[in-house]
Amino acid sequence: MTKDKTSEKPSPLVSLGKISKHFGEGETRVDALRNVTLDIYPEQVIGLLGPSGSGKSTLLNVIGCILEPSSGRMVLDGETVYDGHWLRSDLRSLRLEKIGFIFQAHNLMPFLSCIDNVAVVLHLAGYNQQAAQKRARELLDYLEVGNRAEAYPASLSGGEAQRVAIARALANKPRIVLADEPTAALDSERAGIVMDLLRKVAIDQQAAIAVVTHDEKIYDRFDHIFNLRDGVLDKAIAGP
Amino acid sequence: MNLAYRDVRHNLGRFVVTCLGLSLLLGVVLAMIGIYRGLVADATELVEAMGGEVWVVEQGTRGPFAESSRIPLDTREAIARIHGVTRTGAVTFQSIETDTGQSKLRLYVIGYEPGQLGGPKYIIAGRGLTGRNFEAVADRRTKLAPGDHIRLGRNNFTIVGITGNAVSSGGEPAIYLSLDDAQKLQFDLSPAAIRRERARGIKPASSTDTVSAVIARIHPNASAKHIAASIERWKHLTAMTQEEQIKILTQSVVEKARKQIGMFTTILILVSAVIIALIIHTMTMDKIREIATLKLIGAPDRVIVGLIVQQSLAMGLIGFGIGGLLINSIREYFPKRLVLQPADGLSLAGVVVVICLLASIYGVYTALKVDPARALAG
Repeated sequence: MTKDKTSEKPSPLVSLGKISKHFGEGETRVDALRNVTLDIYPEQVIGLLGPSGSGKSTLLNVIGCILEPSSGRMVLDGETVYDGHWLRSDLRSLRLEKIGFIFQAHNLMPFLSCIDNVAVVLHLAGYNQQAAQKRARELLDYLEVGNRAEAYPASLSGGEAQRVAIARALANKPRIVLADEPTAALDSERAGIVMDLLRKVAIDQQAAIAVVTHDEKIYDRFDHIFNLRDGVLDKAIAGP
Repeated sequence: MNLAYRDVRHNLGRFVVTCLGLSLLLGVVLAMIGIYRGLVADATELVEAMGGEVWVVEQGTRGPFAESSRIPLDTREAIARIHGVTRTGAVTFQSIETDTGQSKLRLYVIGYEPGQLGGPKYIIAGRGLTGRNFEAVADRRTKLAPGDHIRLGRNNFTIVGITGNAVSSGGEPAIYLSLDDAQKLQFDLSPAAIRRERARGIKPASSTDTVSAVIARIHPNASAKHIAASIERWKHLTAMTQEEQIKILTQSVVEKARKQIGMFTTILILVSAVIIALIIHTMTMDKIREIATLKLIGAPDRVIVGLIVQQSLAMGLIGFGIGGLLINSIREYFPKRLVLQPADGLSLAGVVVVICLLASIYGVYTALKVDPARALAG
């Protein structure tokens, strides 16, 4: 586990202030998040734990600007994006600029080769073909799957597919990376490799990484672990 | 990066099979349009080929194609004397079925006076009629050849020449006989019937008394309308211009067929649209997770709409292209004439583009409704 970077007092890349989210009203109202306050700093890798229905996915969707909170304030990479309402109309563009997503099932496009799966994000961000291919290959090499650049996802092992997915998440150099159960389908050794990669990304790109997980074998890889229970974020249950 | 192309390339087999299925459907649509055009062409080509600018028929009828018409043969001479008329011809028309030995053959018998108007427009093989009896010129669709013999009524005829594109509005291939032979074929009774008529005290009608119509060609400076009006006023006959005759044929004779084919074509186009919509929707549903992922990573709607619409258009246009090639390559095997006009092909291509765009709407709607959070679902 790395040192706690908060002691150096940099600005948090993710800052949630009393974020709440409820679904329905009246008797059917469900409070998925209750006054969640959380700061994630550059180079930090945090874990979000909790039983099913505790609000982990809701929290990830809120930070990823997929789900609108009911109240509170949210600042991403220095930009206040939510303060009682969305302050940006183009949330997809915001996600493209600032956030990288890593999925449990890697979600690679089956009809694109590995290099194109990475390059597609760069094309969306406005890179030309040559620049996108160059950057995609660099990322695949960085994640040590450069030799599978022309392969299609169906021919990759679980670990290789997850590395390509991480490469895609990092393609546009996001400062915030959200990972949903990234090691769930991997054995201990490969899960450890993926977590090492995320740590390397956090340091190299000065990124903040939030990982939703149930995987106990990677608990020791986080700087902080937060537990969500009935929408309430408990204080860190691990870390310095 | 063209995602539609990459997806098609990845699922090429499925895409090709889908296009082939669609090509059959669109090929049938094209064939229906071709059959209609063929029907109109058949109906009008005979009129045009006969070269008459004025058609003279029995008074009060719209003959000789839409209605039966019988006028005296000497009408031709009376018409020939009208100022402005340069050539005339007396013609008869009759549908007949004969046995060629191997199969039954329905023919459209046209009787005309060799050397006068009303004969075949051109000869592909052999020669035209010279005036001798029991000779015939047949359309190539009869599959007869010069030298062949065919029995019509009670007489055998020798095929001396072959012509083309001479068919009735019903699609029956034409056979040209001399007027005398055609009249005998049409009006002569069997010897037994003649005896019966005589026994009843009735003199059998002469076979050379009547014809179906007289056609006339006029001087370039003369007006067909004025001559037709003059004939109607003074000769107690009905006369019409070639344009009016064609109008009668297209509006009366082939009108029902046109509506029938039009209805069928419309239904086929609607079926094609529904099938394309279902295929596009299925293809979209197959990619729903990828679409959710694209939305999650920041792809704008235009990328997702482009993915669906481009595939839809590609499928429709490739299907149309293959269907067009298919129908074009087998059109000679259709029992009825198929006329494929470039303008019809272009129009149908336009219709295909429109139905592909309309058919995409459901797929696009589904795709745009997809919650990006679906990509995060396990």
